[in-house]
Amino acid sequence: MSATEIQSPRSAKAPAAKVGSNRIAPQYRRNGSSKGNFEMLAWLFMRLSGVVLVVLIFGHLFVNLLVGEGIHAIDFGFVAGKWADPFWQIWDLAMLWLAMLHGTNGVRTIINDYAEKDATRLWLKIVLYAATTVIIILGTLVIFTFDPCPVVNGVQLPGGFCPAP
Amino acid sequence: MPTKPAGTLYRGREGMWSWVGHRITGVVIFFFLLVHVLDTSLVRVSPEAYTAVIGAYKNPLMALGETGLVAAIVFHAFNGLRIIAVDFWKKGAKYQRQMLWTVLILWAVVMVGFSIRHLSLALGGH
Repeated sequence: MSATEIQSPRSAKAPAAKVGSNRIAPQYRRNGSSKGNFEMLAWLFMRLSGVVLVVLIFGHLFVNLLVGEGIHAIDFGFVAGKWADPFWQIWDLAMLWLAMLHGTNGVRTIINDYAEKDATRLWLKIVLYAATTVIIILGTLVIFTFDPCPVVNGVQLPGGFCPAP
Repeated sequence: MPTKPAGTLYRGREGMWSWVGHRITGVVIFFFLLVHVLDTSLVRVSPEAYTAVIGAYKNPLMALGETGLVAAIVFHAFNGLRIIAVDFWKKGAKYQRQMLWTVLILWAVVMVGFSIRHLSLALGGH
């Protein structure tokens, strides 16, 4: 086996040496100037969103699985009942965005760690970001365009919650 | 053959295994999240489509799967709070091992409670 090779972080381009800097090790700076402090902000976001997600997801699991009949109560009417209330719309919207961004950043880190070829990393991240974009837009539209009484071609779909005629 | 490094504080110990557990549970939760947004989106197709697909979550095998998923979520949540404590609390790094055992004990307590309630609801007649 060859000797262990220590590689520079893949999350940012290796910075150029800054001539005349007073830093102790001017050759090594973690953030390349073009990327700013994105990695630090991503690190901070994981911690801040993590705390909020603990509250949002524990609340979600408690209300949907542990109260009343639990999972057997979940059907179209259950969702309609929740999203009739802006409180749960905002709750679910915040959960969607924070969980997707938190998860996407986590998977981005894992791709950076394990995919060694530049092209592999690029393609995995393109797929990841495409999936994230689709899921966030889809989920957001579903929360805000939800219709408790869907009508197709003038006919009410069965199972909907429609006002009495 | 390289010799095994001796006397490392991290490798093969609590810090490493909690990191492995955090990664694996994180990936599992992320892929479930993608599926879960898609299944919930069926409310926009028709009430019957949603109710039919959500019905798939209500069989006994899925009840065990949900319990496993919640186990992953609860570990990731508690261990995530431990990571925040390691990063931001002055004595966090010093007490990271004790905090991991606290995480595991709390995880076990929460999972016993959750499993009893969820499995009796999901598997029980109604």
